[in-house]
Amino acid sequence: MMEFTQAEALGVLATVAKTLIILVGAVLMAALMIPIERRLLGLWQDRYGPNRVGPFGSLQVVADMVKIFFKEDWIPPFADKAVFVVAPAIIMVTSLLAFAVIPFTPTWTVANLNVGVLFLLAMSSLGVYSVIFAGWASDNKYALIGAMRTAAQMISYEVFMGLSLLGVVLLAGSFNLGDIIESQRGMWNVIPQFPAFVIFFIAGCAEIHRAPFDLPEAEQELTAGYHTEYSGMKFGMFFVGEYLGIVLISCLVTVLFFGGWLGPWLPGFVWFFLKAFTFMCFFVLLRASTVRPRYDQLMAFGWKILLPIAIVNVAITGAIVVATS
Amino acid sequence: MKNAAQTAFSATSSVLRTIGMTFMHSFRKRETVLYPEEKPYLPPRYRGRIVLTRDPDGAERCVACNLCSVSCPVDCISVVKAEDETGRWYPETFRINFSRCIYCGFCEDACPTYAIQLTPDFEMGEFDRQNMVYEKSDLTIAGVGKRPGYNFYRVAGMAVGGKDKGEAENEAKPVNIKTLLP
Amino acid sequence: MAHITIDGREYDVDDTENLLAVALSKGFDLPYFCWHPELHSVGACRQCAVKSYRNDEDEKGMVVMACMTPCSDGGRFEIDDEEAAEMRAQVIEWLMTNHPHDCPVCEEGGECHLQDMTLMTGHTQRRYRGAKRTHTNQDLGPFINHEMNRCIACYRCVRYYRDYADGDDLRALGSHNNVYFGRERDGAFDNEFSGNLVEVCPTGVFTDKTLGAHYNRKWDMQNAPGICTHCSLGCNTSPGSRQGVLKRIQNRFHGEINHYFLCDRGRFGAGFVNRDDRPRQPLVRNADGVLEPRDMDAMRATMEEVLAATTGMIGVGSPRASLEDNYALRNLVGADFFTTGMSAHDQAASLAGKAALEAHAERIATLREVESCDAVLVLGEDVTQTAPRVALSLRQARRNRHLELAAQNKIPKWHARAVRDIGQYNNSPIFSATTQATRLDDIVIEPQRLRPDGIAELGFAIAHALDNTAPAVKQLDDDTQALVDSIAATLKGAKKPLIVAGTSLGDPAIVHAANNAMKALAAANAEARLFVTFAEANSLGLAMMDAPDIEQAFTAIENGTADTLVVMQNCLYERAPKARVDAVVKKAKNVIVMDHSLNRTVGEAATHVLPAGSFAEADGTLVNNEGRAQRFFQVFIPDAPMQEGWRWAADLADVAGRDPEWAGMDDIIDAIVADYPALAGIKDAAPSQSFRKFGMRFPRSPHRYAARTALYANVNVRERRPTVDADSPLSYSMEGYYGEGQPPSTLAFAWSPGWDSNQAAITRFQDEVGGHLKGGDPGTRLITPGTDTAFAPADVTRVDGWQAVPMYHIFGSESQSARAEAIAERMPEPVFRVNAEGAKTLGITPGNDLSLTIDGETHAFPLDVDPSLPDQTIAVPVGMHGVCGVRLPVGVEPK
Repeated sequence: MMEFTQAEALGVLATVAKTLIILVGAVLMAALMIPIERRLLGLWQDRYGPNRVGPFGSLQVVADMVKIFFKEDWIPPFADKAVFVVAPAIIMVTSLLAFAVIPFTPTWTVANLNVGVLFLLAMSSLGVYSVIFAGWASDNKYALIGAMRTAAQMISYEVFMGLSLLGVVLLAGSFNLGDIIESQRGMWNVIPQFPAFVIFFIAGCAEIHRAPFDLPEAEQELTAGYHTEYSGMKFGMFFVGEYLGIVLISCLVTVLFFGGWLGPWLPGFVWFFLKAFTFMCFFVLLRASTVRPRYDQLMAFGWKILLPIAIVNVAITGAIVVATS
Repeated sequence: MKNAAQTAFSATSSVLRTIGMTFMHSFRKRETVLYPEEKPYLPPRYRGRIVLTRDPDGAERCVACNLCSVSCPVDCISVVKAEDETGRWYPETFRINFSRCIYCGFCEDACPTYAIQLTPDFEMGEFDRQNMVYEKSDLTIAGVGKRPGYNFYRVAGMAVGGKDKGEAENEAKPVNIKTLLP
Repeated sequence: MAHITIDGREYDVDDTENLLAVALSKGFDLPYFCWHPELHSVGACRQCAVKSYRNDEDEKGMVVMACMTPCSDGGRFEIDDEEAAEMRAQVIEWLMTNHPHDCPVCEEGGECHLQDMTLMTGHTQRRYRGAKRTHTNQDLGPFINHEMNRCIACYRCVRYYRDYADGDDLRALGSHNNVYFGRERDGAFDNEFSGNLVEVCPTGVFTDKTLGAHYNRKWDMQNAPGICTHCSLGCNTSPGSRQGVLKRIQNRFHGEINHYFLCDRGRFGAGFVNRDDRPRQPLVRNADGVLEPRDMDAMRATMEEVLAATTGMIGVGSPRASLEDNYALRNLVGADFFTTGMSAHDQAASLAGKAALEAHAERIATLREVESCDAVLVLGEDVTQTAPRVALSLRQARRNRHLELAAQNKIPKWHARAVRDIGQYNNSPIFSATTQATRLDDIVIEPQRLRPDGIAELGFAIAHALDNTAPAVKQLDDDTQALVDSIAATLKGAKKPLIVAGTSLGDPAIVHAANNAMKALAAANAEARLFVTFAEANSLGLAMMDAPDIEQAFTAIENGTADTLVVMQNCLYERAPKARVDAVVKKAKNVIVMDHSLNRTVGEAATHVLPAGSFAEADGTLVNNEGRAQRFFQVFIPDAPMQEGWRWAADLADVAGRDPEWAGMDDIIDAIVADYPALAGIKDAAPSQSFRKFGMRFPRSPHRYAARTALYANVNVRERRPTVDADSPLSYSMEGYYGEGQPPSTLAFAWSPGWDSNQAAITRFQDEVGGHLKGGDPGTRLITPGTDTAFAPADVTRVDGWQAVPMYHIFGSESQSARAEAIAERMPEPVFRVNAEGAKTLGITPGNDLSLTIDGETHAFPLDVDPSLPDQTIAVPVGMHGVCGVRLPVGVEPK
């Protein structure tokens, strides 16, 4: 049996505490995104959005949460019960696991992995299971069509996401996210890797199926896609999972292209938060302004435009890195 | 190639322009009317609380024909016909379950006597659903509502109190069946 | 067969039909007014205009009236033709010029043929702005309301009333635009079938007054397939209800029985269901002789005591209750202690009737078949008063001669006016022997007025004349012999002769005589038909239950083998003289009555009353006079604790510790079939409870049944859960499968898109217009051929001196309908009738009371002279308005 020293024990405790704070923080942020999104949508659509519950509608999220907790947790009799229950949990778990490798400040990170970027890609790949399971277990044609769309969309856009990251990794010479941030002390990656940033952002949007890439749950055609049959807290988990995705992608953009915690005067965490929050708001702006493409347009755009650009970007970056080293 | 580049440029710029335009809405005035602090004007033909009106003579307009009841898509109107001693039809019961009403106004459209009318009042919230059930006495108002001047029994052919056969608008005197003259 | 083209589609059709009937049969929507499947064509209204083309080359065509156009081979017709459509629209606009703006306050609204046709032709806006013609109305009595303004002068009413029902007091009065349809003066219609005017009139001129008293629209009715319980014919009805109130009876088409028409007793006699004085709670008679209500728990305790203390129960069934109710009673009291509830003489006559039917199982006429018989002999039965609907059929039977003459002159059968004109007074022969003048006498050749023994003798004599191996009666006088010979010859020579007899005179000899005559006739004429009428709706069913008559029940109480009388929907005072019943009731420790009405037994004799459902509140099976088992269904669910008679009997059996465990009708029907193999057919009379069409039940209400979320909102704003019917495949709502594909026995009402009126909508459910229902007419025939082929002996009980014979009346003689308000208003004042000679002999001036003692009971009614009565014969009014419970005919000694 291993013996722990007091210091080691304290270290473990600190890690656990840090982990909890980050996880809870992430979930809270995701939850907060709900009223923020509704207010912002209101702002951009010349209306108010929810403004009655609490000051400026800030407690709307609490009301929504109370409501969703008290809703009947209904499992359709025709559903595959076990899979039906597991599906929403998967998206929550994979999204939260991804947060483990994100360095919010030089010291605030749960796991400082050397293969952080790969871990992220792995986690986002796992997320597709949640959707497929949900669609399959629901035994409902809308849910299944939604799930099939999601699977195709996520698998395709993962390719461009990975390719766009390669440029950043080449520049930093490391898969470690902390190293990537440190490599941007001179210049944020967004400048040398602008095409990669654009592709990553678009692919990120598609990964978490946010507007305009919300085809899997296109309500006009598919009622609610893969989560048609979900209600109560299980639906809530899908819902929070989606907002967790927004927070995650925003954090990643900050880390990979906008120098993470780097910035003058203010503490690192504040810089990180400000940058990430800007992107979260931008996600809402995208939803307020863009239209949903057709499914074939989505695939054509990915494979015929994003893929060549990403490959060219990697090639040029690689050439420059080789030339300068 | 040139065309493709043009398309790519125009597509990208149109998306960016859209995003920009949407963002600029941050600085526009909001359209929302902050009810109940601010009460909007509702036109007379607004579809709110349902009333039963009276004809110009002050008698009930409703003749209990049941057309509102049958046209109601949520089946929330119940009418029971009765007849007074002069043969005039009137509703013995006229009940609207407003907790089911969707204020579609079909009943008003269906009403052949202009008795049932929708009004611009919609503030009918109740804590007890039972209070949403309105009986005839709750529905009947004293006036003619939006349709002054119309009196169904003055047009219909049936004889009722105060109007015998042949005394309605556009009616000839009753035929004398005992005469052989053409 | 003719090959014709309608709107480009080709059909092989019956060439004896007219185009309108064929087009409707093929499912086309073609508007019409004056045509009716039973009244045929006169071409008066000009509404059914279509385009007819001479041949394939003809492109112009000409507009013709479909109802007056024969379907000749090669015909090419266009309904969907611009010119024809324009003509139809124009015609309806003319018809509508004077039609008042009345629809909202018109009882026809929602089932109005005129509304349907106006919409069908597309005339939706009135252009006429001139003054409208008006008419004053007449008071037409308690049945029918008159609103003459609405008339469009289609003449359907007079054609039905005068030409079809042979009525005389409805006429077209006045001329041209002033034509008026009414009576000479105010008053109720004379004819017993006037109620059909309500359905025949395509608009709201004649409406049902009994419905008007508690009106709701057709779409708001909760209906059920019903069977009329007011006589033995088993006419199909469609009772409509709302909120637990029976609103009206409508005709329900049955291709073999009543088809389009009912009698007034059947249509207006159901009012007894809505009476306030009906028992609605379990009642127990207290020491003061007053019935006190009990709640269900208390009643159960009381019944436990009663049944524990009893030394024996004896059951009194009822020929007006369903087989299920009677069987449940039999199950309660035990097979040996069950009686039919029929009086001895009625049971004897009914059994004779049953034997006659069995002897001629394949020659039993259906009511519809009666219309196609071209020579008729009526023995003893005043059908207009005892089984009214058959009188209307007999009136059609006499027109077979008209059709024959028309056929000889190549006039199509549907050409109503021409057939009438060529027929004139050349009727098919109808012979009738009754105790006194009847309402059919106008179409009878030399009506015979004989005492019951004389009628039986006449029957036996005709049998003998047809077949001299049949027993003869003693020497007849020459006139009678000549008559007998001519009747026999006519019957023998006819294409399809018919013999009608019945049990109403309470003399089995008459039925035996008819049976003999039929046996003799059948040998000579294979097409011969027999029609037997019985006393009540289920008399034949009870006769088939093979149980003793009510006398056994009385004897059991009198000699002490039983001390508890259990009565199922029967009135003892209608079955035996009052003194006898009083004595039995006094001797009996308990009289437990399950009934739906406050009759004399409930009011005076019962010690315990259990409120049973009437026909509208129960399901059941009745066997009509042709042995057809027909199911009637619950129209609405009565307020608890009222329930079906058989459920009460099953509850009592449970109290006695022998719970039969019947969950629903299916279980009790299975039990009946197990006990009575002869009744096995009742299982097929209607689909079982579990029957579904595409997984759906069959609706009791039209799909636009309104106000579901407001009807009971004053009681509780939360809607009631729809009740699930454990007894039938019908639903208590508009939900379910409704349409041509459903079994006709479950068709609660008639409606089809564009056709709201009862008589027109049913077309969509018929194999051809006026034919039979798609899927077969409901009911199963139970009569199996008997082995008895021998002639009955010509035994006649002769009464010397004065004899009292029963005198029935359509309104009053049947006790349930007599409790209906409208019928009660039409009940005649009771009188004794004798001929002028008799009045002189008795020394009583007509108008003064005659006091007559029958079966120990003395009655005094004014004396009336009826010259048609035989000598020394007193006609006694039978029923609620007169004398009931005594045995008739019987010898009497008037003083």
